[in-house]
Amino acid sequence: MNEDVNGHRHLLAIADVDRDFIISLLDSARSFAEVSTRPIKKVPALRGRTIANLFLEPSTRTRISFELAAKRLSADVISFSRTTSSISKGESLKDTAKTLVAMGVDAVVIRHSSAGAPKMLTGWVDCSVVNAGDGMHEHPTQALLDLFTMRERLGHLEGLKVAIVGDIDHSRVARSNIQALNKVGAEVLLVAPRSLLPERIEEMGVDITGSLEQALEWCDVLYLLRIQLERVEESRFPSLREYTLQYGLTKPRWQNLKRKPLVMHPGPMNRGVEIESSVADEVESVITGQVTAGVAVRMAVLYELLGGSHG
Amino acid sequence: MDEGILIKGGRIISFPGGLRGEADVLVRGGVISRVERGIMPSGEEVIDASGCLVTPGLVDLHAHLREPGMEYKEDVASGSRAAVCGGYSAVFCMPNTEPAIDNSSVAEYVFDRGVDEGLCMVLPHGAITQGRRGEALAPMGEMGSCRAHVMGFSDDGNPLVDSEIMRRAMEYARSMGALIISHSEEKSLSAGGQMNEGYYSTFLGLRGMPAESEQIGVYRDLCLAEKTGARLHLAHLSTAGSVELVRTFKRRGIPVTCEVTPHHFSLNDSELLSYDTSLKMNPPLRSAANVEALLEGLADGTIDAIATDHAPHALHEKETEFDAAEFGVVGLETCLALVVTKLVETGVLSIEDAISKLTAVPARIMEMERRDYRARIQEGDPANLVVVNPEIEWTIDPLVFKSRSRNTPFAGWKVRGKVLHTIFRGRMVVQDGELVMRPPGVNEEDKTIVPTAASGRGAGEGG
Repeated sequence: MNEDVNGHRHLLAIADVDRDFIISLLDSARSFAEVSTRPIKKVPALRGRTIANLFLEPSTRTRISFELAAKRLSADVISFSRTTSSISKGESLKDTAKTLVAMGVDAVVIRHSSAGAPKMLTGWVDCSVVNAGDGMHEHPTQALLDLFTMRERLGHLEGLKVAIVGDIDHSRVARSNIQALNKVGAEVLLVAPRSLLPERIEEMGVDITGSLEQALEWCDVLYLLRIQLERVEESRFPSLREYTLQYGLTKPRWQNLKRKPLVMHPGPMNRGVEIESSVADEVESVITGQVTAGVAVRMAVLYELLGGSHG
Repeated sequence: MDEGILIKGGRIISFPGGLRGEADVLVRGGVISRVERGIMPSGEEVIDASGCLVTPGLVDLHAHLREPGMEYKEDVASGSRAAVCGGYSAVFCMPNTEPAIDNSSVAEYVFDRGVDEGLCMVLPHGAITQGRRGEALAPMGEMGSCRAHVMGFSDDGNPLVDSEIMRRAMEYARSMGALIISHSEEKSLSAGGQMNEGYYSTFLGLRGMPAESEQIGVYRDLCLAEKTGARLHLAHLSTAGSVELVRTFKRRGIPVTCEVTPHHFSLNDSELLSYDTSLKMNPPLRSAANVEALLEGLADGTIDAIATDHAPHALHEKETEFDAAEFGVVGLETCLALVVTKLVETGVLSIEDAISKLTAVPARIMEMERRDYRARIQEGDPANLVVVNPEIEWTIDPLVFKSRSRNTPFAGWKVRGKVLHTIFRGRMVVQDGELVMRPPGVNEEDKTIVPTAASGRGAGEGG
C-alpha cells in the first residue's frame, strides 16, 4: 500500500506491499466474508463515500466484484467503461481523471490495458487509486483473493507449493501471484514452454519447468491461466490442440493423480483448452469460491484505503 | 558595425591536438583574427573566460527539428535557439518530417529556415527512400547538389526492412560520395516494444525490445557496408553487442562510424520503475551492463561521436499511458553538461576527447570543411566558438528550455559544465547563458557563406 503526499492510500501492486499487510488484509477479508452470508448483506462502513469504477478494458467479474464490494460497504458507486466514458471520444486518461476528481470521488478503481496506468493516475487525482488490472503488469486484488482462497481451503500459506500453468508472459495475474506467494513464504513453480515465459522471470523468485507431469507430482495448488487463441498467431505455441496435449489438465492426467491438488483459475475458463470440461465440473466449486472470495477481499481493500482513520 | 569580440584567459581546445593551454581569442569580421596570450582590448566586447574552456562550436549529428509538419513539437527557430544554448554551431536534422526530407525542395526549405534564423547551421539529412517508406530510393544526387548539400541519408526510425534496398542504397550512396546513417533495428523482434527487454520489462509488464533486435540490424548493415564499400554511420548504439560488432568490423578496416546519446550512457532501464514516459525512447534505455559497455566503447574509441537524438514531443504526447506515449527525449540543451558530468568527471574521457566527440569527429564524419566549419581555433577560421565553464554546477530545469518541448528525463539533475557563450560566424548568439536577440534582417549575408551555394532565394520566401 502506498500513501501519497496528500495522505491518500493506494493499492497499485503487490510489489509495493509486505507480508504483514497481506496477512492482515486476508484476516480482515475473512470478517467481511461473513457479511456476505447475512440476509442483509450490508455494513455502513463507507457510507457517504463515493467510489468510481473506471474500467477501460472489458471486464465482467472484476468490475461487478468491485461494485458489489463497494455497495456492501454502503459506498456510492459510479461506473465508467471505455464506451460510456469520454475516452472513446478521444479524451485523455488525465482529463478523465480530472473530471472524476471534480465530481468529488474518494477512490478510483481502474482497469486499463496499459501497464502503469494506475500509477500514473495517482499523479493526476486527489483520491485513492486501486489497480483492478493494468496491462501485463499486476492485478493485486486477484492475487489477494487467490491467497485468501488457498488459505481458507488449505489452512496455511507458508510452505505451500503452487504451480502456475500457462501464458505467464501476458499474465498480470501471474505477476501479482508470484510476488504475493513469495512474500507469504509459498513456493512457486511456473509451468509453460519458454515461449510463454517473460525474460528473466526466474529473478522474481520462481522455478520453471516445461513438464506439467512434474508439476502435478509436486504441487499443492495447480493454478491454471487462461489461454488465448491469438497467442497461436504470435507463434507462442503451435495450436490449441498441442497446448492441451502438453499443458492441459485433461481427464487422464487428473485421474492418474494419487494426490489431487487444489485447482484454481482466475476465469473465465476455456473449457477444452487449459482444462477439460469434466475436470472443470469437478473442481468448479473452488473456482466459484474464488469469485465469492473476491467480493470479501475487495471489501477489505476498500475499507483499508478509505475506512477507519485513513482517507 | 562589427567591433569584434575578445575572449580573454580561456583554455583553448582545438583539433587536431586538443588542449592548447591558455590564450586569448580575438574575433573580428566573422573570423578568428588572433589567438595568442595577452591581447589588449581595443574597443571589442571583452569576455572574461578565465576558468573556462574555449572550444569549437559543437556539431550534432542527430536531431529532430520537426519542421516541416510537426511545428507544435519544435521548428527550426526553436530548435536553433535550443541548439545554441547547448553550445552547438551545427545541427544535422533527421528527415522524418511531414513531408519527409526526400527531395531537394524540402531539404532547401529546412536549410533556408536555418539560414533565416541565423543562429547555427541547420543541415538536413535526407531520406534514403521516398517518403521513408523503404520502397524506392530518394534522389540522393539531387539532394546532394542542392543548396543544402545533403550528405547523410537515413530513414531513421523506419529502418529499411528490405536488405536488398539497403544494399542498393549503399552502393548508390557510395557513388554519390554520400553517407548512409542507419537506425539499425530488426523490427520484427521489437514490434510493440516499450522498453528494453530484461528483468525490468518483465517486472513492469511492459513489452520488451531485446538487444538482439538492434544487434541483428547492426550486423546486417555492417555486412552490407563491407560488401558495398559504402561509408556507414550507425546512429545511437545502445547495446554491448552493437559496440562489439563495430569494434570487430573497424578492426577489419570497414569505414564505419557510430554515435551514442547522453541518455544511453547516463541512464539504465531500472529507472523505468517510475513508468515515467520521459524515459521512453527508441532504442530504449538498456541494462546497467550495456551502459558499462558503452562507456568502454567511448573510452577505447570504438564509439566515435556523441549525438543528442534530440526528439521533442508535446506535453500531451508524453503525459499519457506508457504504451501510448511517443518515443524520444530532448537533448540539445543538456548534452554537454551530461558529457562533462557522466564522462569527464568520472574519468571515462578526458575533456579533450569528450569535446572531440562533440566537434572534430562529427565534423569529420560529415566532411564539414566543405561547409567552412573546422573544429579548430586558428587565425583565419570562421569563428564558431563556445565558451564553457566545466566547473559550474547547475540544475536542469525544463521550464527554461528554449526548445518548444520539455520531454527530458533529466529534470532536477544537478550537473556540471555550463555553456556560457556561443559565437556563430563571429556573432555572439548566446551570452552568459542567455540568447542574444538581434535586430531582424542583418543575417542576409550569411546565405552566401556556404561556398558552393548559389543562393538565389529571396528574403522572406517560405517563412
